[in-house]
Amino acid sequence: MKTIKQTGLIVFLLGLTIFIATIFTGSFNLKQAELDSFVSEQNYKSTIIKDELQKAIVTTESLNIFEFSSRVINAYQTSNNHYDALIAKFDAEKNWDEKGKQFQYKIFGKPHSLSFTLAKKAGKGFAADNTGLAWFLTFGLGIIGALMFIVPDVVLLGKPGIKNDGIFLSAVTNRGWIGWFTFIFLVTFYILLYFYPDLIVNWVYLVDPISKSISGNAASQWFLYGFLYCVVMTVMAVRMYIKYRHNKYQILRTTSVLFFQIVFAFLIPEILVRFEKPWYDFKNAFPLDYDFFFRWNLDELLSSGGFGLFILVWGVVLTIVVVPVMVYFFGKRWYCSWVCGCGGLAETLGDPYRQNSSKTLLSWRAERIIIHSVLIFVLVMTGFALYTFFSGADQVIGIKTQTIQDIYGFLIGSIFAGVIGTGFYPIFGNRVWCRFGCPLAAYLGFVQRFKSRFRITTNGGQCISCGNCSTYCEQGIDVRAYAQKGENIVRSSCVGCGVCSAVCPRGVLKLENGPEEGRINPTEILLGNDVDLMELVNKK
Amino acid sequence: MEHIVIIGNGISGVTAARHIRKNSDMKITIVSAETKYFFSRTALMYIYMGHMKFEHTQPYENWFWDKNRIELKEGYVNKIDTDKKILDFKDSSTLSYDKLIIATGSKPNKFGWPGQDLDGVMGMYHKQDLENLEKFAPNKEACKRAVIVGGGLIGIELAEMLRSRKIPVTFLVREASFWNGVLPAQESELINKHIKEHHIDLRLSTNLKEIKADENGKVKSIIIQETGEEIFCDVVGLTAGVTPNIDFIKDSGIELGRGVKVNRYLETNITDVYAIGDCAEQHEAIGQRRNIEAVWYTGRMMGETLAQTICGNKTAYKPGHWFNSAKFLDIEYQTYGWVFSERGKQENESYFQWQHPKDNKCITISFDKNTNKFLGINTFGIRMRHEIFDKWLTENKSIEFVLEYLADANFDPEFYKLHETEIVAKFNLENNTNIQIKKKSWKRIFSKS
Repeated sequence: MKTIKQTGLIVFLLGLTIFIATIFTGSFNLKQAELDSFVSEQNYKSTIIKDELQKAIVTTESLNIFEFSSRVINAYQTSNNHYDALIAKFDAEKNWDEKGKQFQYKIFGKPHSLSFTLAKKAGKGFAADNTGLAWFLTFGLGIIGALMFIVPDVVLLGKPGIKNDGIFLSAVTNRGWIGWFTFIFLVTFYILLYFYPDLIVNWVYLVDPISKSISGNAASQWFLYGFLYCVVMTVMAVRMYIKYRHNKYQILRTTSVLFFQIVFAFLIPEILVRFEKPWYDFKNAFPLDYDFFFRWNLDELLSSGGFGLFILVWGVVLTIVVVPVMVYFFGKRWYCSWVCGCGGLAETLGDPYRQNSSKTLLSWRAERIIIHSVLIFVLVMTGFALYTFFSGADQVIGIKTQTIQDIYGFLIGSIFAGVIGTGFYPIFGNRVWCRFGCPLAAYLGFVQRFKSRFRITTNGGQCISCGNCSTYCEQGIDVRAYAQKGENIVRSSCVGCGVCSAVCPRGVLKLENGPEEGRINPTEILLGNDVDLMELVNKK
Repeated sequence: MEHIVIIGNGISGVTAARHIRKNSDMKITIVSAETKYFFSRTALMYIYMGHMKFEHTQPYENWFWDKNRIELKEGYVNKIDTDKKILDFKDSSTLSYDKLIIATGSKPNKFGWPGQDLDGVMGMYHKQDLENLEKFAPNKEACKRAVIVGGGLIGIELAEMLRSRKIPVTFLVREASFWNGVLPAQESELINKHIKEHHIDLRLSTNLKEIKADENGKVKSIIIQETGEEIFCDVVGLTAGVTPNIDFIKDSGIELGRGVKVNRYLETNITDVYAIGDCAEQHEAIGQRRNIEAVWYTGRMMGETLAQTICGNKTAYKPGHWFNSAKFLDIEYQTYGWVFSERGKQENESYFQWQHPKDNKCITISFDKNTNKFLGINTFGIRMRHEIFDKWLTENKSIEFVLEYLADANFDPEFYKLHETEIVAKFNLENNTNIQIKKKSWKRIFSKS
């Protein structure tokens, strides 16, 4: 069994190495005809972009992706610089007519996205031409290796039960060198994904056939991400099933997040595209789905007929009715740790790191300030977006809606939710985004704290203050602080993962939905002591 | 301003300090020779096992003490001068007090075995014991075998700790079955089996004769009393119970028995000197409790109670219904009310028992066979609600009532398989009754008695 596990690790690392090495493979160039058709598809007005691109990438040279990317970006820049120079020139000449005309020639869009689109057409080599083999050597080996590493735990971990042995003695889970490497890898991955998609175009080739079979279209970097997300969650869900095989709550919860990720976040939206409907994840509620009320999205929905309208209504009802009503009955866990994709990744890939979340009062303070700021940010931005949509004005009190949207998309949507939110798993624990950033979590938190039947019940006087619950709380809640006072845990941030209850050696904690009355029960003196004394002190 | 000095920063002393602070402005000093900051002794095992770091065992952050104006003094008290109300420390510093609370807890028992003070022989009680274990048993290469002497809660925890690092363990238990002075046979046997499943070499009815040293004064082997067998080992864990940690109090005039003698108000024979927690010994037992109770929550409750007295609301220590819990490797154990082992139970006490055919789950309900009054319950692998059983015990419910409403008491996580039906069916069969289980009701669960 140990041998299988070790072999699995080697196979996994081999797959990972080939996966990373794939970035550097292949050659990129376009034929004249390909470029011609691309330029006409794009409808560029610039008269020089075609020449520039031709000089840059219509070549027999075999360019690697980095060279290709820099040449393409350079070509676009040259074109834009050319017209910027004209603009400056006409501006100096006060020739407003001519100056105004020049703007149409400029090409907008993120340079690396433009480069991605071209690279997607231009690639040859390992990933683009031997996709099947390349997929097997990367994804295939990764999956097989990971499963070989994980499955022997059925035997190696021993009898079912809480197996946290060695977690703080391991370099993987105790912020050791492996943890830091994982951190660097994840952060780099997200930076590439969000800001340099062209550099990982070879990875996107790997999933082209899968994308075509589902949606009919070639894959984008977002399809790659979605597929990778599902693969990682599935493999790590196997780990959860083994680790918590004695705990039915964990088994069901893991199955649920996995189902919602694969079916709702991945398959349904892609299938919608196949039927020429808008890409939509039916469980992704605003304000986590922060661009739902952006003009382009509303326009797209409104122009998609009855189905688009249905999505629009569903999106609004989901946030305003479904989400809070469900939180009232079940707590925010129904969303955060049973349905949500971010939660799903955190509970599978992130589970080995849950103990690294900070439990200090200071981090609780920071958490409340940051997460509620994000909530305010998203609401203000949405106000701007709706104003813009209804009034047609592209700015409010002198601030451009687009600018706010761009800032949010960059800072919160990409950096916070992705790079920090997932990249920092090995360092700050697995719920960085959910705890500090997610505006939906903040909203659900209000409902959970003030109007809900959910609580974690503390079992009278049984707590021995050991601290397992607090240590393994991914949300950084000092569960013990409540449990050792005999007080139920009613906290807006609790996502109801149930691990505090699972790791408790004395059976003190139970997640449950019950009557609101008596849900919050501050105590000074715990059950078990003199009844009169309890009455005297606790009723004060 | 009155100065309250508390010797010992365990759960008893710290709880007393917290409650005194809540209710008064007195000056409070906690003295400890073990660690500066309060930590949860019950979690020491998890540090060795890698479930936690030491900092996780501290229930309060380090700023807590300053903020609450609780002074912490590190030092070992050599002598208490109760006339002058002064403590003399080993480092020859002194500290004067107006009221003194002794909360020094326990220390592991040693029964005069030859070799009991050798290197590599240790209890598992203090933080220093943990450091010692880390030194002598860092891994299975340095520690080829460990022998644990004494089959109680700490013994089985120590075995679990060592097994987490794959160190072979021989576990010497004096009794014929694990903890059978406390547990009924059904449960004791379940644990015997479970211990062996964890590859622990369990030796029942086995006593230690002596511990042998190598040339460096480190443990080399142990000899078994009954057979004379020699077992080679690198670590010996002495876990044959604990005894109050009160050696430094001798000659102070404070009345001692096995522990510090206290009355119901936790007062010693000397005015302004109190004792709480593991080291306190009641003159007369409270109910069926022992005179000395080395249990986490009783220490806490004594702290809660004494704080009232110190702050002017003189309150007797009146613990409610007995309860407790533990975890034996993977099996959780809870108890509410009194369930005595076959060895300890009275003539009128009878058992109803149920055991799961496959899983490590079982219950024993003790009841009065004349009146059918419910006396207590042991559950293994099933969690129960403290509040419900506390209420039922207060209301002197019958065993039939308890079984009828058993679903209300279940505290297992959601979606767990419940066994009330099988349990009640077995009782009905054995007693020719027709108890129908009531569905769980929130209303009943939350109704106050």
